[in-house]
Amino acid sequence: MFFANVIFLLLLNDLFLLAAPGVTWLIRLTAFQGVLLGSLLFDMDHALLGAAVLGIKGILLPVLLARTYKHIGRREKTRHLNHAIAVLMGVLGLVFSLWLENRMDLMPGLFPDLLFPAAITTLFCGLILVVGRATALSQVIGYLVAENGIFLLGAPLMAAGAIWFELALLLDIFVAVFVMGIAIGHIGEKFESMDTARFRSLRD
Amino acid sequence: MLESLVFLPLLAGGIMLAVGNSSLCRLLLPLVALVHTGISTRVIIQVACGERPAGFFGLLAPDALGTLFLMLASLLFLATSFYSIGYLREEEQAEERTCIHDGRPFTNAPERRFTACLCFFLSAMSMVTTTPHLGVLWVGIEATTLSSAPLIYFHQHRRSLEATWKYLIICSVGIALALLGNILLSIAFCVPQNGAATIVLTDDVDSLGWFMAHAGQASLPWLKAAFIFLLVGYGCKMGLAPLHNWLPDAHSEAPSLVSALLSGALLNCALLGILRGHQILLAAGIGGFSSSLLVFFGLVSLVIAAIFIVGQGHYKRMLAYSSVEHMGILALGIGVGGLAVQGALLHSICHSLAKCLLFLLSGNILARYHTYSSYDVHGMRLAMPVSGALWLAGFLAVAGSPPFGIFVSEMLVLKGIFAHGDLVSAIIYLAALAVIFVGLSVAVLRMVQGSRPGDMPASLRKRREPAWSVVPPAILALIVLGLGIWIPDWLWQYLDKAAALVGGQLAAPDF
Repeated sequence: MFFANVIFLLLLNDLFLLAAPGVTWLIRLTAFQGVLLGSLLFDMDHALLGAAVLGIKGILLPVLLARTYKHIGRREKTRHLNHAIAVLMGVLGLVFSLWLENRMDLMPGLFPDLLFPAAITTLFCGLILVVGRATALSQVIGYLVAENGIFLLGAPLMAAGAIWFELALLLDIFVAVFVMGIAIGHIGEKFESMDTARFRSLRD
Repeated sequence: MLESLVFLPLLAGGIMLAVGNSSLCRLLLPLVALVHTGISTRVIIQVACGERPAGFFGLLAPDALGTLFLMLASLLFLATSFYSIGYLREEEQAEERTCIHDGRPFTNAPERRFTACLCFFLSAMSMVTTTPHLGVLWVGIEATTLSSAPLIYFHQHRRSLEATWKYLIICSVGIALALLGNILLSIAFCVPQNGAATIVLTDDVDSLGWFMAHAGQASLPWLKAAFIFLLVGYGCKMGLAPLHNWLPDAHSEAPSLVSALLSGALLNCALLGILRGHQILLAAGIGGFSSSLLVFFGLVSLVIAAIFIVGQGHYKRMLAYSSVEHMGILALGIGVGGLAVQGALLHSICHSLAKCLLFLLSGNILARYHTYSSYDVHGMRLAMPVSGALWLAGFLAVAGSPPFGIFVSEMLVLKGIFAHGDLVSAIIYLAALAVIFVGLSVAVLRMVQGSRPGDMPASLRKRREPAWSVVPPAILALIVLGLGIWIPDWLWQYLDKAAALVGGQLAAPDF
């Protein structure tokens, strides 16, 4: 029951992310998603990994993103996709992933109920954020959300002895967001904005 | 010993960051490169002799294919490290720096960060090329992105920042999709085919050998889905069209020695990720599926590169599109199979060396002419005779003219395509190569010939070409030339061995 509730919250969180009005809300919802992901891992008896995910995705990365945002402190102005359309695409993603689960030949018991569609929907929503938002910080959040979806999909397949690999993966994601955070700091200084719609100088 | 390939550069990078003394950094960089090349040579000899060196709990165990790319990365790093000593000294002495495009002043990133990231980059590439573990391979390829992004942003101006951002986001999202491919691969082995027994996942589940040994029992639709994601994910990093958007921007805005490493060494590492997937599909008996996708992406890359090279005024972007072309040839050759695989592997060697040579020279041209436009560069034969001659030789090499090695490799790929009986691919391949040859030659000949620009300052006119800027490219040019004239038997045997892993035909060709 706990598992199904968390999955439900995760799906709701995905759609809220697509509708989030600004970067502050995006960061809060990402933090919440990290907490949800960590608690799912706890429920799947991966306590060490759950704690690592909770610490890194639930606390550390959102704090890092919030600090970067505070450092630059400008509101999001440009976006390529209207919020309503983004949410609609998210819902379509959910429907598609439910259809896909029925279509694909999944071994019974490999994935807990609803985990497959929730993971695929989270991946979709992350990609929609990367493409649909113009702010550099929103794109990083989109990347993080997409990666959360992939991470969730991989969780049931983890071999017991391979926890080092999942931790290495987490470290990689952490460094990725860290490097992107530094890059955003420079973008804020050089472009007086973190709006990637201003990136127009490199083309053929 | 294998561990030191990964940890030695990592340690050196850490020391550079901690100490920060620029003369120490400049001393350590070639030293690390020399030791790394020495160890790589030993590893490649071991693998050639049929040994299978392993280390770090079995996570590092290179095969013939990985060692080939390891050796290339090591050699290119050696060439660029010697180039970088003089380059960094000149950068330090520069009084003022302004962006060539918009004239805004900019500063350079701290030198210790630059040299440390170069070492981290080498470490990540060593990890990618020596591991048989697909998860570690993924972590390594992501690490190459993260360590090379600060290198692109060495000159801290708007354009390089834009290129760095595109590189970071596009490649990170691409590589995330490759991770999805890895997960789908695991799923394929959890879903038994009709009648087959359930496979018990063991601790070495993610290693290539395990996947290949159990490939016959895997679910084929999931395997195909996994390969598509691996191809799209790593293909994005490799610069296969139409996923190549970041590549011309990053290659054109990065310092030239970084572009040389990105193009010559990094793209090969991403290719290795795709080849690992191809190996598993071959073992599962559905190599035809992955081969046809590789042929398709290879041809698209060739055509897109041909379109963008013709009339390209920015000479570094032109070289970047040439990399897209050559990645296309590699994908095509490996997709076609048979003899073309040996051709493709020989091509990867020659392309890496030739492209490194050209990018290093593009740095010399930029320092002398202060422009990226091939229309504004002329009279190189007079202004910089050695670089001019090498630039011309590099062009001939990269465009596939005899007597350079790429001519041999492109002919082998063509022979492979004919043997495969794929006439349409052969026509597209030859047409694209012809168009690219013309496109490149117009720009390169314009740059080399003619008289010196009248407005070149006297200080630049009289300047001699420093040895550090021409000796590494000259050595690379000699190797590519040598590979066109005579390919030693041991190299053929080694290529056979590597090609056999990805569906190549055994026995050296009578060429």
